[in-house]
Amino acid sequence: MIRVQAEDFDVGRELEKLSDGNHGVGGVCSFVGLVRDIAGDKTIEAMTLEHYPKMTEQALAKIEAEAHDRWPLEETLIIHRYGRLEPGDRIVLVAAASAHREAAIEACHFLIDWLKTQAPFWKLEETPDGGQWVDARSADDNAAERWLADKPQDKPKGKPDAAE
Amino acid sequence: MKILYFAWLREKAGIGEEEVSPPETVTTVAELVEWMKSRGGGFAEAFADEGMVRVAVNQEHVQTDHPVAAGDEIAFFPPITGG
Repeated sequence: MIRVQAEDFDVGRELEKLSDGNHGVGGVCSFVGLVRDIAGDKTIEAMTLEHYPKMTEQALAKIEAEAHDRWPLEETLIIHRYGRLEPGDRIVLVAAASAHREAAIEACHFLIDWLKTQAPFWKLEETPDGGQWVDARSADDNAAERWLADKPQDKPKGKPDAAE
Repeated sequence: MKILYFAWLREKAGIGEEEVSPPETVTTVAELVEWMKSRGGGFAEAFADEGMVRVAVNQEHVQTDHPVAAGDEIAFFPPITGG
C-alpha cells in the first residue's frame, strides 16, 4: 500500500492496520522519518518537499514489488508526505508485516534505503540565510547498493514458528 | 515532447514545464540536452554540470543514451533526496 500525501499520518493507527484481521502476521517492523532542526551547522526552520507526482507512485510501487519478491511479506506500507514541513514533523512511514521478524526487519530496512535513492522527492531547506536544496548523499547510494550485493538467489525459508 | 524540471534545475531553467519540438536530428536524451543548452539562458546554466542532472523518460529513470520521441514526457532533476 502506497500513499503520497501532504497530510500528516497517525503512526499507531497505520501500524495496527497492517496486521488487522490477519493473524498470520507475527511481526511488524517500521521506520518513521522526521524533520530535524539542524543539518550540519545550519539551523533548519522548515523543509519543503517537492515531488514528481506521476513518477512518485510508480517508483514506490516498484520498490514495494521488489520487497515482496525478495521476502515473504504479508503487507507493506509506504506513506510519504510532500509540501512544507517544520522540525519535528513526520515525513515518511515505511512498514513491513511478515510471519517472522527477519523478513519484516530486512524488508523495512530495504524499503527506506531504496526509497532514499529511487523515489523522486527533493528537499528545500529554509535556513536563516535563505533557501538551500539538499544535496544527495553518497552514503544513501552506498546504503542502497548494499541491497544489490545482498540480493538472495532464492527467497529465504524459515522454520515455522508460532510467534516471533 | 513535454519537458519537466524539478528542484534547482527548475529554478535555473526559469520554468517548470514546457512543450518543445526539437529538430529531427535529436533522437536521444544526450542530443536533447545539447540542443537545449544551445538555446542558452537558464537552460545552459541548468545543464552546466551534467553529472548533477538525472533523467526520466515517461516516468522511468534512464541513461542519456535513451531514445526520445514526439509525445514523450522527459523530466530533468537533481539526484533524489527523499525519505
